[in-house]
Amino acid sequence: MMRGSFMRTVRLGVRSLLLHKLRSALTTLGVLFGVSSVIAMLAIGEGASEEAQEAIRRLGSQNVILRSVKPPEDQASEQTTRVLTYGLTYEDFERVEQTFPGVERAIPMRELPDEVRFGSRSLHPRIIATVPEYQAATGRVVHEGRFLEEIDDRDVANVCVLGYEVARHLLPFQSSIGESVRIGSDYFTVVGTLLPRVRFESDRADPGEGITGEVFIPLKTGRRWFGDTILRVRSGSRDMVEVQLHEIVAEVDLTENVPFVAAACRTMLEREHTQRDYEVIVPLELLLRAQETKRIFNIVLGSIAGISLLVGGIGIMNVMLATVTERTREIGIRRALGAKRRHIVTQFLVETVVLSVGGGLLGILLGLVIPAGVERWADMRTIVTPTAPLLAFGISAGVGVVFGLYPAWRAATMDPVEALRHE
Amino acid sequence: MSGRDSAEPVAELEEVSRVYHLGENVVTALDRFSFRFEQGEYWAVMGSSGSGKSTLLNILGCIDRPSSGSYRVRGEESAAMDDDALSDLRSREIGFVFQSYNLIPQLDVLENIMVPLFYQDEPPADGPLRARHLAERVGLAERLDHRPPELSGGQQQRVAIARALINDPALILADEATGNLDSATAVEILDLFDELHAEGKTILLVTHEPAVGERAESVLRLTDGHIAEVVHGREVGA
Repeated sequence: MMRGSFMRTVRLGVRSLLLHKLRSALTTLGVLFGVSSVIAMLAIGEGASEEAQEAIRRLGSQNVILRSVKPPEDQASEQTTRVLTYGLTYEDFERVEQTFPGVERAIPMRELPDEVRFGSRSLHPRIIATVPEYQAATGRVVHEGRFLEEIDDRDVANVCVLGYEVARHLLPFQSSIGESVRIGSDYFTVVGTLLPRVRFESDRADPGEGITGEVFIPLKTGRRWFGDTILRVRSGSRDMVEVQLHEIVAEVDLTENVPFVAAACRTMLEREHTQRDYEVIVPLELLLRAQETKRIFNIVLGSIAGISLLVGGIGIMNVMLATVTERTREIGIRRALGAKRRHIVTQFLVETVVLSVGGGLLGILLGLVIPAGVERWADMRTIVTPTAPLLAFGISAGVGVVFGLYPAWRAATMDPVEALRHE
Repeated sequence: MSGRDSAEPVAELEEVSRVYHLGENVVTALDRFSFRFEQGEYWAVMGSSGSGKSTLLNILGCIDRPSSGSYRVRGEESAAMDDDALSDLRSREIGFVFQSYNLIPQLDVLENIMVPLFYQDEPPADGPLRARHLAERVGLAERLDHRPPELSGGQQQRVAIARALINDPALILADEATGNLDSATAVEILDLFDELHAEGKTILLVTHEPAVGERAESVLRLTDGHIAEVVHGREVGA
């Protein structure tokens, strides 16, 4: 019985609202945009933050990464030929690996700018000279053959492992295992190929223009054939750059120890290096910072959402007050026919809630469409968490109740005699 | 027709006063007014404007309360009631018919007739059936799903009368019920009241038109909140 009469009240409320279609529609817009913007902004924010956190996590939250950075140019740059020496050294690597407590292992890495050829095909991928542990530390997966192994380094063997894109480009229709490719001026035997690096959740078919592919060679082989000095010819000047290592990834045993290792790395590098030719990247710190950023973002977002819903609610209240005045006579009639105050309150409250929930539901729809559109056309990742529409729906219903109470109360406390006399 | 005890007056006013405070002025609309309406009577309440007939109607209809004195509907004292109890009393015992029909525009005929049932604590299960019968009774069986704006004035007033009857009330209060109608339609409506009177309903017709007052069984004339004249027990016309 109760449910029946409630449903009837809702039905009648909807019908009263339909008497003024345009007015009701315009009123719902406030809540509609409020709710949809909340959902859309949450989705975009969530997506961006997830993307950032994922990128950081891929660096390894238990890693401390040391990188060589070219120091700022000084006055000596007028020279046409010079050797610029900077960056991390093998000594740095040994210190990190052997003397720092908490460091499980350290992986050195060096990048060589050179051409990779097979037959008439050539590419300029990242040529990475490194150690076998690099695979495990960065989560690369072998497709065919094997990754670099200890023995390659010990033998200083001319072997290489091709990244997926490189293998596909250089040897498109055949297995590359056992083939010889030329890197720079030497020939290397391919011992393995890798699977493409998929992104964490969003597996994209198109690797994008930025990815040039990777080729891995043993660290020692790299040092033997390419030395520590890299010659770069630039518009008239020849730059000799000497960099021993481009990157050292220190894997830390426990997350709690990451800050100590990071601090130790910074202190050590500061002491050993005369110039600031390095940087220390601590993904864990970045992760914490990203989470903090997200928290701030959520607060800002919450405030904006709150304001927009407040505005929507005020709009609804304004319209409902006008409606109550307009329908004073109807209120009088209903009171004369036996309606109690709570019946009148319910009637108007239901109408307000129907307006705001209607706006809320449409807002949820729009709020789901916007992130999909953004994902598609702006190429940004968005995540609609299931709580966002629920939250938005709850808020819109709440807005209806809060902003409907006063008009409903005004309607209910009218004097029936006065209300009946109202024209 | 109604199986209620007819020995008890349907409505009884004792020393009822209603005083309005308009700024500095104190207006006494009803002054120690006492009267009883018995079951099955058909009264016309007449008087010039300001005579207190509207105030009397409001108090009889339980949408206003006496400033002092006692008003009982079928023995229930209204002066002491709170708003909810008074509303409840209205929904059970009072049937209003207004000058301007006062139907609810967004509802169709059948729903308009049933409005008083919505507000009862336990609406009867046969509400729609009863409403249908009443619509037939007032000659609107063909127009159940019409909305008020689609009906003529006379038809709207018939809906209003059906609505006033749905609860089988103690009192039917008609406030200038023919005031907005042309004379032919007014006669139809008054005929309908006659029929209701013949069925044993208690009817109070407030009017300032002598021709309408003529139709009632008895006439109660008011001046300045007092009873000016009571004409009893006239035979019903027609």
